[in-house]
Amino acid sequence: MEFCILLLILLPFILSAAQFATRSESARRILTYAGSGLVIANTLAVAVLWYTGGQGSVTLPAEGGLLTEAIVPFIGYGMLGVEILLLGVVLWKCISRRRFLIATLALAQTGLMVWLELTGKIHEGAGMIRLDRLSLLLCVIVGIVGSLICIFAVGYMKDYHHHHTEVADRRPFFFSMLYIFLGAMFGLVLSGSLVWIYFFWEITSVVSFLLIGYTKDDRAMHNAFRALWMNLFGGAFFAAAIAYSAMKLKTVNLQVILDRPSRTIGMVIFLLAIAALTKSAQLPFSKWLLGAMVAPTPTSALLHSATMVKAGVYLLLRLSPVLGGQVAGVMVQFIGGLTFFVASLFAITHSDGKRVLAWSTVSNLGLITACAGVGTAETVWAGAILLIFHAVSKALLFQTVGAIEHAIGSRNIEDMHGLFRRQPGLASALLIGIAGMFLAPFGMLIAKWEALTAFLTAGGISVLLVILVAFGSATTMMYWTQWLIKLLSVPAGTEEESDPTTRSQWLSLSSHIGMMLLLCAAYPFYSDWFVTPMLLDMGFERVVHVLSLSDRVVMVALLAAIFLIPAGARIFAKKIHFDRSPLYMSGVNEGDHRHYEDSYGQPKKMYLSNWYLAEVFGEQKLFTPIAWASVVILAIGLIVAFGGAF
Amino acid sequence: MPTISKSPWMMHYDGSSCNGCDIEVLACLTPLYDIERFGVINTGDPRQADILLITGGVNYHNESVVKQIYEQMPTPKVVVAVGICACSGGVFKDCYNIKGGVDTTIPVDIYVPGCAARPESIIDGVLQAVELLARKQTEAESATAAEGEAQ
Amino acid sequence: MVYLLRVLCMLAFVVLAPFVGGLLSGLDRKLSARMQGRIGPHVLQPFYDLYKLLQKQILVVNRYQVMLLLSFLVMVVGTGALFFGGFDLLLVFFVLTTASMFFVLAATVTNSPYAELGAQRELIQMLSYEPMILLTAVGFFMANGSFKGVDAFTADLPAIVKLPGVFIGLVFVLTIKLRKSPFDLSTSHHAHQELVKGVTTEFSGALMGVVELAHLYETVFLLGLVSLFFISSAWWSIPLALAGALLVWFIEVLIDNTSARVKWNQMLSSAWIITAVLGGGNLLVLEIIRMLS
Repeated sequence: MEFCILLLILLPFILSAAQFATRSESARRILTYAGSGLVIANTLAVAVLWYTGGQGSVTLPAEGGLLTEAIVPFIGYGMLGVEILLLGVVLWKCISRRRFLIATLALAQTGLMVWLELTGKIHEGAGMIRLDRLSLLLCVIVGIVGSLICIFAVGYMKDYHHHHTEVADRRPFFFSMLYIFLGAMFGLVLSGSLVWIYFFWEITSVVSFLLIGYTKDDRAMHNAFRALWMNLFGGAFFAAAIAYSAMKLKTVNLQVILDRPSRTIGMVIFLLAIAALTKSAQLPFSKWLLGAMVAPTPTSALLHSATMVKAGVYLLLRLSPVLGGQVAGVMVQFIGGLTFFVASLFAITHSDGKRVLAWSTVSNLGLITACAGVGTAETVWAGAILLIFHAVSKALLFQTVGAIEHAIGSRNIEDMHGLFRRQPGLASALLIGIAGMFLAPFGMLIAKWEALTAFLTAGGISVLLVILVAFGSATTMMYWTQWLIKLLSVPAGTEEESDPTTRSQWLSLSSHIGMMLLLCAAYPFYSDWFVTPMLLDMGFERVVHVLSLSDRVVMVALLAAIFLIPAGARIFAKKIHFDRSPLYMSGVNEGDHRHYEDSYGQPKKMYLSNWYLAEVFGEQKLFTPIAWASVVILAIGLIVAFGGAF
Repeated sequence: MPTISKSPWMMHYDGSSCNGCDIEVLACLTPLYDIERFGVINTGDPRQADILLITGGVNYHNESVVKQIYEQMPTPKVVVAVGICACSGGVFKDCYNIKGGVDTTIPVDIYVPGCAARPESIIDGVLQAVELLARKQTEAESATAAEGEAQ
Repeated sequence: MVYLLRVLCMLAFVVLAPFVGGLLSGLDRKLSARMQGRIGPHVLQPFYDLYKLLQKQILVVNRYQVMLLLSFLVMVVGTGALFFGGFDLLLVFFVLTTASMFFVLAATVTNSPYAELGAQRELIQMLSYEPMILLTAVGFFMANGSFKGVDAFTADLPAIVKLPGVFIGLVFVLTIKLRKSPFDLSTSHHAHQELVKGVTTEFSGALMGVVELAHLYETVFLLGLVSLFFISSAWWSIPLALAGALLVWFIEVLIDNTSARVKWNQMLSSAWIITAVLGGGNLLVLEIIRMLS
């Protein structure tokens, strides 16, 4: 058990080194398949061992284990060394690109950590690694979804460099970064000590910076630096939280801190919450995630769905049992609710598929954030369910859009016109992914339903959140339906095109589809036997079911219906006699349903576009005021929290 | 049973009318004449129309348009030519751009003469069209029934 | 006993709703005609129309149309059945949204310019009414302590006493949902030639019949939703609910006949403002009262 848990963190790092040394395409393919297989097997092994081993929390270092208390200080120094190394990388990049402000930010927080460590202010204590249900859940998500994305990347990156000859081929570096990322995520969710979490937290920040800047052109570097400074900004708050808890609370163990009386820990919680908000791209820090879209698809899929942004909400879910009564909780729920609504407005205005996905990610994370911020057992339950569904369906969507981009040469929604006929396979994958994000019986909607109910049960100020969620649901519906419209608008005479998607990509895509359907169908079961005990694990005392069993069963019945109804309708439709007729175009259809006759008697091409309402909800118009509004919320929170702490 | 006579939806198309007849067609919808009391709806969509009502003659430019719209109407359907221009080309008959009456392009069932045609006669024409529709529907039904027996 | 009654209500809706809806629609047209100084069609006209449409030739652009439209009909009937079965209102509304989405897709799958235009407007309409519909469910939760429609029958007071703002907001967006002027932007019974028939442009014969039938179901469901505001544990609440629904129906007909169409942005902003101020305000006041007591 202990070996497997440690291997979970170490294996990706080993794989990363191996990837870095691998230069040939075929060797990389074998290594990635084998490596990802190993990571998935290891994750499942941990889950099974945990299940057979009494399903309790596992804390390391334990008596007579591999990780002894004697080694821990050395690991601490090792981590410090790596942190200084990371600082070196950041400083070098920043100074060579003349970003001195970011360099100062990095220097300040690493300096703080080094000072704390060397002056012996940090009392490490026990419980460096802690496996409970929440970390297990995240491990399973990161392990399975993350590894599949790595497999997807094999075929994708080969194709990518085939298309983008202007980008230097640094695939060994790219793949080793992907695995470092996985390792850091495992480390992050498994660590019980704030110092350890911070260590992995910083790795994800720096690696994401390197991955976003993969193409090295100006736009990529600009966005990479934006991601870097926002994440370092969050990291600075994290470092401050560690300093505060080390000096005032005399401990850096997260679980110990959470068990302290809530009056004394307000400040730590607040600082950590801000760090988490930056990581999960909540307002006003949303732009870095949008900028991350310039990177190759596996990066955006990995950053958005499975890992980086989940780190933020993971931390918030961890904090949620104490967020309820805190200033930080009120702040977090409002930032989350606002983000949910506003990001979905922005998603309407974009026709670039990846940008829509990015804003929708920000939006959904906002909902999870709000759930964590309210901090009752019911809302956290909803948040956890949202997290699960979001990881899988978003990973599916990102990968499909990447595959579509290679197939049709564009990721613009407008160019996906009639995709259902042109690329039936990819379009179906996209269709299922989209359905998963908002349609009636699928995951995200179940979770949203729970969230609404839970907010109401929580009462009080959460009623404001309910109003935001009501508006946000409408806007969410809007952008997904617009996309569906494009996929399903089939001009007559559209021919099927060849699908260049490689087998490795399809392996990942179909696994995701399977997982999503399974998650929806099995929802009434695992919500009971896994999520409920998870909340008890996390420190909630009493867990009440948000949705009654009958409601959940109705939902699953609906899931069957949503497949059976169109299928039945199709059979029925075959029995009806109908004749074909030309498209109505005011009588001037040229006969091919794509051209009409203009007033000079000449054929003119008809072009149908979606209505993106950019002039109503556009970022140019709304982002700055809303970002300032959220800054004000943060500032008020900061003032109140400081006032309470001293 | 012919059901169409109780719910005839019509579509109005302006061929090359001087707008005189068009105004009279619209007058049929006003409270004074109220053609809706017969269940008539003036729809803009050929796919949902039973009666195609055309004012003005057909010119060379809109000939294909008239044909296409007629084609897009589901059966059973009837065509009513309203006004003398629609019936025969009227005073524009010899114009360089006019092909002639509507029947030069598509089969016309009911001719409503007049310049401009009076609302009363338009309504009369529409009601005759309704009777014809019912007959067409019965014929179509008995034809399908006969076909069914033959099989 | 209650379960049996709920199942009976669901069945009654599925069987009777087209008749009730058709009759209301006929009365609507008669009443509208009288308001305009006309005689108007027969009261049974909607049934004649429906019967005719179902018998006419079906012309389609492609076969997906038929499939998606039939799914839409089933979903709408399902929405109403779940509602009259007293299920969770949020569930009902989510199914309603899915149904509307099928309708939009059935229109756009043809790639028709007019249907597409209508569908985009339909989306804006959905964007306008959707928040208020959700807040209505929330309102019932706060008034009756449950999302379940059936629990309204155990309340001490009709929900409208606590939810006047939500009620007005709902009546406002009902005008959009019932496709009444001034918000009949995506399609309309009358001729609005700039969009031909909008969303329904490419539906002919029996397909148009399906649309009309679904609209009848939808009308009855929406009026049922209105009547839920008047339901309490007292026996007299049932006639009161019927009277309330009829009154709202009359108001909608009156609005339809006395207003001109507005632009989409006016619809969106007015609907959202009403939702936020009346709906949201009502809920906040209710919560404050609850916290104080």
